[in-house]
Amino acid sequence: MKIAIASGKGGTGKSTVAANLAYTIARSRDVVLVDCDVEEPNLHLFFPAPAVDVPVTTPVPEIDPDRCTLCGECGRFCRFGALAVVKDCVLTFPHLCHSCGGCTLVCPQGAIREVPRTIGRVACSRPLPRLVLVSGILNEGEVQAPAVIRAAKMFAEGHPLILYDASPGIACPVIETLEGSDFCLLVTESTPFGLHDLRLAVEVAETLGIPAGIVINRSDGEDAATVAFAQEHNLPILMTIPFSREIAAVQNRGGLIGRDLPGWEERFTDLFTGVSP
Amino acid sequence: MIVCITARAAGTEAPVEQRFGRAPYFVFVDTETGKSESVENPLVDAAGGVGPRAAQVLSEHGATVLITGQVGGNAARALGMGGIKAYAYRGSGSVADALVAYTAGNLQPIPLA
Repeated sequence: MKIAIASGKGGTGKSTVAANLAYTIARSRDVVLVDCDVEEPNLHLFFPAPAVDVPVTTPVPEIDPDRCTLCGECGRFCRFGALAVVKDCVLTFPHLCHSCGGCTLVCPQGAIREVPRTIGRVACSRPLPRLVLVSGILNEGEVQAPAVIRAAKMFAEGHPLILYDASPGIACPVIETLEGSDFCLLVTESTPFGLHDLRLAVEVAETLGIPAGIVINRSDGEDAATVAFAQEHNLPILMTIPFSREIAAVQNRGGLIGRDLPGWEERFTDLFTGVSP
Repeated sequence: MIVCITARAAGTEAPVEQRFGRAPYFVFVDTETGKSESVENPLVDAAGGVGPRAAQVLSEHGATVLITGQVGGNAARALGMGGIKAYAYRGSGSVADALVAYTAGNLQPIPLA
């Protein structure tokens, strides 16, 4: 089973839920936790352990100047500006390339081949006997988050139980993370902004045909709007985490409430049961 | 010599546009004949990477001088490699006004990579 943890709004507690859920599950069975928030991965902070790094590369164009006639087709084709033909040379801007391969197809001279370029890495570690952590890490200034997410997910592929921690938002990186998931846990907070972005995230999960459930984090007890929205969309509220200084304190020192606060291991076990009855 | 001036509309009376890659129009003026050609910029609403693409448009029209407000890093590299010199016009005048200022030597060159 593959469970994605997403939110729409940033800072609602995706990583908190993912880390505690993984910790709780790993008390009794094997689980792989994949940090798909590749622009700002943070799950390693909850699970410090030595990691093995594997580079992630993506194909970018390389021009053969002997074959190139400077016709300009590649530059006119590339919508990302990764190639430009100016005067007597072809310039490449590899950091703008989205690796679609189109330039190699439109070049009438066959003067373009693709060469690998490192854009990030995947770090694998085993912080607990039954927990493997796979973190996707996109290098600063790079745009191809989905390629690193794809690589990180591939490392976990084939495992019977995988958790994907998504990035905030609902753009390409989140779609890439949700792809192939069996369930989507949507973490929200009881604020108008939290609800607004939850709506967007629910729409994404519905469009992708992935069953979803809601976790309300930092609840101040006034969750009526979120609860009404959940009922309207037939979504179960699987867990409510209160707005509490005690929880924040554990979280802020990199702790796990499922390990450090009494009662929370049971609640995360219940959460897992709610997702995977 | 062909000079390209970024503009908000077609023609030499159009106001100068300060942005390069997302300028609505490129007005190409042949300084020998005085003839001008206005080219609508298809990149106005593009998501990104407009600098190198706009530089290629200039190169294809044979421009060797660009007059605009400012250029980004990718555009600067493409213009520089394409042998196109860039000059800054920060006034609110027309394409024709900018060209007069350039011809009089009153415009500062924009450093390119």
